[in-house]
Amino acid sequence: MGLRTPLHDVHVAAGARMVDFGGWDMPVNYGSQIEEHHAVRRDAGMFDVSHMCVVDLRGARVRDFLRRLLANDVAKLTQSGKALYSCMLRENGGVIDDLIVYYMDDQWYRMVVNAGTRDKDLEWLRAHAGGYEVSVEPRFDLAMIAVQGPSARQRAATLLEPAFAARALELGNFFGAAHDTWFVARTGYTGEDGWEIMLPADRAAAFWAQLREAGVQPCGLGARDTLRLEAGMNLYGSDMDETTSPLESGLGWTIAWDPQDRDFIGRGALAAQKASGVPRKLVGLILADRAVLRSHQKVVVPAVGEGEVTSGTFSPTLERSIGLARVPSQTTDRCEVEIRGRLLPATVVRPPFVRHGKIAVAP
Amino acid sequence: MSNVPADLRFLKSHEWARLEADGTITVGISDHAQQALGDLVFVEAPEAGRRVAAGEACAVVESVKAASDVYSPVSGEVIAGNADLGGQPELINQAPYGAGWIMRIRPDDKAQFAALLDAKAYEAALAAETH
Repeated sequence: MGLRTPLHDVHVAAGARMVDFGGWDMPVNYGSQIEEHHAVRRDAGMFDVSHMCVVDLRGARVRDFLRRLLANDVAKLTQSGKALYSCMLRENGGVIDDLIVYYMDDQWYRMVVNAGTRDKDLEWLRAHAGGYEVSVEPRFDLAMIAVQGPSARQRAATLLEPAFAARALELGNFFGAAHDTWFVARTGYTGEDGWEIMLPADRAAAFWAQLREAGVQPCGLGARDTLRLEAGMNLYGSDMDETTSPLESGLGWTIAWDPQDRDFIGRGALAAQKASGVPRKLVGLILADRAVLRSHQKVVVPAVGEGEVTSGTFSPTLERSIGLARVPSQTTDRCEVEIRGRLLPATVVRPPFVRHGKIAVAP
Repeated sequence: MSNVPADLRFLKSHEWARLEADGTITVGISDHAQQALGDLVFVEAPEAGRRVAAGEACAVVESVKAASDVYSPVSGEVIAGNADLGGQPELINQAPYGAGWIMRIRPDDKAQFAALLDAKAYEAALAAETH
């Protein structure tokens, strides 16, 4: 038996198909995964993301600690509640995890890390926290529900305490606001507007039921994967891991090179890789044929070399297969993918494929 | 729970087969299989005239989650592939034993059909798989 979120029994009672995900028993779909996907693109859907780990970091020198640990720079965060997406790197530039960190106040930052990497993340944080007298506190008392889609915020706002709802509706992109132990942030993993809501675990089932009453469609990890892939967002463990640097993973934009004297872990390795030329890059693929890209399929770039699909799926919005692939840096706009013994042509594009319900690439 | 019609025969690999009045055999994938695959997005059904052997992979069903081969339950000649699945692969999700059929085969030897799993044996195989 795997780990269970506070909403586990709710999913089972709703007839969800449960699968193992990073050691957790999670719903992959309730009914049609494609309908769940469209609900988020067109209206409002919700995901149980309580398996992800909220970590509170506190201390007088917590800012210095995070400026050392993260490839992006928390010094960019000057307003309370503002969020930053970053990689946490090994000295060799390999990605330990990708995460979101919120600036709460000068002595408190809140981090959300992936479920499958939780233990090694906590170990890494604690191993480095001592020198900065920072406390590392995972918030196992919190559940997290992501409500996503063009109508999601309005639907969810009707269920919050009115003054908190008003504040939450005013949040800009990548901002969060706290109210008691609740925390609402305008973030997500779908390419749509929405909130990620942290709340006490013992309130999660009731709140989920209220969201359902308010017309928010429960969605499983299946739809979460097709939505994030259409949005061109990486999945840790598939699109990047400790053997790849952010520069080879389409995440160069998350590295804060300035100021030049900020000595974050992995900086030396990234600088060396940049200076010698990054050999591979992560690109988007669109398949013309009626087949589906899957991770680990071989990519052939004629006269250039080979690569590999890191994530692939059927895109319900484009109605054809899309994927991410790590290919030689010289790759331009075409490649071939080996699927069941045949080489099928694919177009190389720059993700995202879909943003705010609209197709964002020319297939 | 999945639906296992009593009048059909099955393979352990989740294909179903129905003996029609004209002696041909209709083949599809079971309700359990379509549930496990989730939303079907592409189906490659074989063309009429193709010779297939029992146990041969002769169609591919692909869902958002995974691709899966479909094995022929008998040896014989394909007399039709379900052309509707080209534009509506979701027929397999909606009616796995009806409009979601995949192919019709004229068997070389009807005894091969009789030797397939009956509904009870298939249900037992499903129970063994999930426990």
